[in-house]
Amino acid sequence: MSRIGERFQELSRRGEKALVCFITAGDPDMDSSEAVVLALAEAGVDIVEIGVPFSDPLADGPSIQASSQRALDGGVTPPAVLDLVRRVREKSDLPLVLMTYFNPVQMMGVRRFADEAAAAGADGVIMTDLPPEEAGEWKAAADAAGLDTIFLLAPTSTDERIRRVAEMGSGFIYCVSRTGVTGARKELPADVKDLVNRIRNSTTKPIVVGFGVSGPEQVREISKWADGAVVGSALVDLIASADGSDSLAERVRAFASALKAATV
Amino acid sequence: MLEQPTKLPDERGHFGPYGGRYVPETLIPALDELAAEYERAKTDPKFAEDLDFYYREYVGRPTLLYFAERLTEALGGAKVYLKREDLCHTGAHKLNNVLGQILLARRMGKPRIIAETGAGQHGVATATACALFGLQCEVYMGVEDMERQALNVFRMRLLGAKVRPVTSGSRTLKDATSEAIRDWVTNVRDTHYIIGSVVGPHPYPMMVRDFQSIIGRETKEQILEKEGRLPDYIIACVGGGSNAMGIFYPFADDHSVRLVGIEAAGHGIETGIHCATLVAGSPGVLHGAMSYLLQDQYGQVMPTHSISAGLDYPGTGPEHAHLKDTGRAEYAAITDREALDAFQLLSQTEGVIPALESAHAVAYAKKLVPILGKNELVIVNLSGRGDKDVEQVSKVMEVPE
Repeated sequence: MSRIGERFQELSRRGEKALVCFITAGDPDMDSSEAVVLALAEAGVDIVEIGVPFSDPLADGPSIQASSQRALDGGVTPPAVLDLVRRVREKSDLPLVLMTYFNPVQMMGVRRFADEAAAAGADGVIMTDLPPEEAGEWKAAADAAGLDTIFLLAPTSTDERIRRVAEMGSGFIYCVSRTGVTGARKELPADVKDLVNRIRNSTTKPIVVGFGVSGPEQVREISKWADGAVVGSALVDLIASADGSDSLAERVRAFASALKAATV
Repeated sequence: MLEQPTKLPDERGHFGPYGGRYVPETLIPALDELAAEYERAKTDPKFAEDLDFYYREYVGRPTLLYFAERLTEALGGAKVYLKREDLCHTGAHKLNNVLGQILLARRMGKPRIIAETGAGQHGVATATACALFGLQCEVYMGVEDMERQALNVFRMRLLGAKVRPVTSGSRTLKDATSEAIRDWVTNVRDTHYIIGSVVGPHPYPMMVRDFQSIIGRETKEQILEKEGRLPDYIIACVGGGSNAMGIFYPFADDHSVRLVGIEAAGHGIETGIHCATLVAGSPGVLHGAMSYLLQDQYGQVMPTHSISAGLDYPGTGPEHAHLKDTGRAEYAAITDREALDAFQLLSQTEGVIPALESAHAVAYAKKLVPILGKNELVIVNLSGRGDKDVEQVSKVMEVPE
């Protein structure tokens, strides 16, 4: 079983839900990213999604767009992100998921990307613009390398698609809370619980809710009926507002601890 | 046996390895709905009748296939015809596609229309059609393009559309398209996104090609009537590539006709400051489809340049990628300088001011035609008129007083 699967089993034994956090690799720099990921692990975060920046992130809102651009301006490349994974893996057993778009992956070659990601110590991959229909070659490579492929489901997904995506995905199902792009919001849409229930009818795999989740209140609500929550843009904004002093890891730890407490 | 390019795409929108649907899950059901509605519309005589009505009564179709006698004399080689898409209402071929998609949006009951625009021609066409049908219209446009195509910004606003300035990334067509896709992901339930070219996820490349292929169907009929035979060459400019696909497609199975797509070489391919995707790019995914792409070694999309805002885009239509790989069409590139010379040449030999986009096709004809025999036939797709470009050109070109 993958590290992600083991983590969900353990959470289930403890009666907790998963807290998943997203950061963009290399924003503001790789050393900070390493420190942030380790701080997230210490705060009890269950899974970290490490964003491999892409120049045209069409599923992302302003926070992650700007963060990706800062990382790219700083010279971040996919091999450098894999190196970050390797550095974190030497120090932590935290489940790590690479989150990106298909183009950087296909440019490296899907087999090479899958093999190198697995060798670096990544546990899974999410590609926002790779639906199951186009994922055949990737899925074969990821399966062979022992990587989970996490697919997304959205409020517009039909029951037929839910069945298909639930069957094809592994690790967990990423349930997109709303029609829209990533970005911190104060409210959860009313219908996301129904969507989680619809997905639940098709699968026993863990269901994690993301897009627009920013604070402990939302995480607490989601934890009542889903298996986990993803916080991305709010954390990316927190990192962006850091002033370069060594308090960044401390601030991240405090932010994530409060979120994690809401999953218990 | 020769391949029949007209049999593509396959059911999932693939042209060989290109095309497909590389989009967030949220959009897949909307693309399924659109594809299904388009299939129904294709077999509905009423849809064809309506579209034909608007093409004739509103766009002003058929457009002329004009023998450019003075240009032919000036170039001293093959006989040159111009397919006069510049005579369409709103000044370019764009309305052919927009009207088809507006009729589909009405069938699907979507009251809100969004679009992206580069030069502003597609934005103006979309704003025009929305005014005609009383639909709400928002057009995404990069702020750099808003500056170089200020007149079209005013036209869109005059027509009642909202122009949404895009300040991210390159601040041109690429980022306007990304922003339009983000809007569509957010408002997909009541909004139809009218993509302006043969790009994007399936069914757009097929559907936009089909709507634009009225250009090629008319051209074929007209050249047979005037010359009694098919042309030897068809030349069209390619950004996303909709005017080119529109004129190429009905000739795709006529293997004696050479199809030539002309991209923008900007300051020159060797300078790296260009947007010649098919000539100098490699396969990759942008805006929902696998196609050729200008990208770095890590798959990051590169900045592009062309004097023509409508060609200034790092991607291109997936069917062009396939036509290139199979050799059915060939692709070349023309610099800003050459396009400006052709802009002036056509103005002074024929009294026709071409759009800067179309001037790239004219510039290629200027090179090709003199080396061809007098009995050969060349058709240039004059995709748009140049009025929108006159102010910009006046800043970089001297004309005799």
